[in-house]
Amino acid sequence: MLNRVQKYETERLKKELQKMKTRQFFREVWANKMARVGVIMIGFFVLMAIFGPIIMPFKTTDIASSRDMVFNPPSAEHWLGTDNQGRDVLAYLVNGARSSLFVGLVATVISMVLGTLIGITAGYIGSWVDNLLMRITDFFLVLPWLPFCMVLAAILGNSIWNIILVIGLTGWASTARIIRAQTLSVKEQQYVERTQSIGAGRWHIMMKHILPNVFPLVFSEAILIVSSSILTETSLAFLGLGDPTSPSWGTMLNDAYSTGAMTVGAWWYFITPGLCVILVALGFTLMGYAFDEILNPKLKER
Amino acid sequence: MAIRTLKRFFFSCVTIFFVIAFNFFLFRVMPGNVETIIAKANTSEAVKARLLAEAGLDQPLLTQFGIYLKNLLTGDFGEAFYNYDGSSDVLTIIAGRLPNTVILLLCAEAVAIVLGLLVGVICAQKRGSKLDTGLLSGSLVMYSMPTFWFAMLLIFLFCVTFRIFPTGGITTPGTNYQGWMHIQDYLHHMILPMICMGLLMIGVYAVTMRSTMMNILTEDYINTARAKGFSAKYILLHHAIPNAMVPMATIIALNIAAILGGAIQLETLFSWQGLGQLMYEALNRRDYPVLQGCFFVSTVAVILVNFIMDTIYGFIDPRVKS
Repeated sequence: MLNRVQKYETERLKKELQKMKTRQFFREVWANKMARVGVIMIGFFVLMAIFGPIIMPFKTTDIASSRDMVFNPPSAEHWLGTDNQGRDVLAYLVNGARSSLFVGLVATVISMVLGTLIGITAGYIGSWVDNLLMRITDFFLVLPWLPFCMVLAAILGNSIWNIILVIGLTGWASTARIIRAQTLSVKEQQYVERTQSIGAGRWHIMMKHILPNVFPLVFSEAILIVSSSILTETSLAFLGLGDPTSPSWGTMLNDAYSTGAMTVGAWWYFITPGLCVILVALGFTLMGYAFDEILNPKLKER
Repeated sequence: MAIRTLKRFFFSCVTIFFVIAFNFFLFRVMPGNVETIIAKANTSEAVKARLLAEAGLDQPLLTQFGIYLKNLLTGDFGEAFYNYDGSSDVLTIIAGRLPNTVILLLCAEAVAIVLGLLVGVICAQKRGSKLDTGLLSGSLVMYSMPTFWFAMLLIFLFCVTFRIFPTGGITTPGTNYQGWMHIQDYLHHMILPMICMGLLMIGVYAVTMRSTMMNILTEDYINTARAKGFSAKYILLHHAIPNAMVPMATIIALNIAAILGGAIQLETLFSWQGLGQLMYEALNRRDYPVLQGCFFVSTVAVILVNFIMDTIYGFIDPRVKS
């Protein structure tokens, strides 16, 4: 009975500590200027992606009925002007935020899971497994990613899930290297040795003891990878490999390019999606650097 | 040293073999295998039948791989589904396009290295100043910019609004310049893509250069040189920069893959008739043999450059030898 009470008490304390740590983390994020700017930028775009399409008075299917509604410059009615079919550019932009962010985030999750698993396995098991996995990682590091993605996407076809898969499969290599290096140092800690001597299995040690210790690194790395995933998606969509049923900012730029927005001088059509991509990528990069500083305090001393 | 180079060479060969195997199986085992790919192609039935026979689909997979390997090594990259530049032999098409890409990339790389070096050194010298923060955040923004979007901006500004440069192509259509005139025309078309590519690459070089320079400037031998009475300029040119070039070499090699990606987007936008534009054309027509060939050539190029850089690295940094 007493034992149970004790156990309950420790559990409760653990949770309390976790809560405090989380609160502390958020306070530190807010105190960091870079992180604050990044969080505000990303928060804005996330809100835009979630609520934007609901609030917008125009839909991306509202096609112009007359010729003089085509390529209109920004006005009181259409804040960011209209495109070659008379669609509202702002509505297009807001809808594009959804798929751009969605693809970027899900592809990053895939990259992170792959990179972490491969990194921990290579680092912890070592010997020939490490050698083999690292050669594969090197292979993916030197592979020219855009031609690779183009070939893969062309064969798999233009669905949003294929694009996510392609980006996820190509973006894990650098993470695997970093996680491996961290695993190598965690592995030498005494508590790992102790767990080994009690007879814990490899999988148990990797998941319960090594993963929590490399997790802060995974987290800050993930945020940096999001921005490169979004950039990759934009490039692929621009080259015509985007999913036509869920247009992203890249698809929008492809449309602007192929309908000659540059030659007619419709700057509002091609400048805005590019700016959004830059701001989102910048926001994630700022957040990533700041989180790295907060979560991996060793960097601060340097 | 020799063992290290040999090891590297062996690894490069293995990587290239991986690429070949990947290239082969991807086009056969994946959901869109050769039969469906050929069936989807917009060519006549006779051509389709010939393509099917050539692919040797009645043979076992391993034999097919053997044939594929033999063909590749003897320079037979297969036939394209369409004609490019008046030819349908994949190797001929690629060989015709390659020089344009190489020239553009080398020039852009030179612009980026020189400017990146300058920016990095200036930032390291004036560390913490407004100039430093400005240049650094500028390179960060350039880094998060989609390549093709920057190109679109430049085209809009310099070709459409101010009409200083031609909008694309490698020579003015309808002209038949010879000799010096031809070179002049070619260069005039190349300036904008070159600057665009160079500016986008500066960021990586500048940031690397800045951090290495900052590390080097606090080293003891710099203090010694200062104590000897050398001027700041002399120390910078003869002590600091040569040593900072070592990490730069690594970054240049690592960057090659990214640069190729950028080249595809830029060549497409500027209709620069190189390998990247060829890939884009092939992609839009789903011309798989060409796509496969381009992918193979670009990957081998990246692996080769990495190998060469790695070998040179041993010479410029004697510490690697031991």
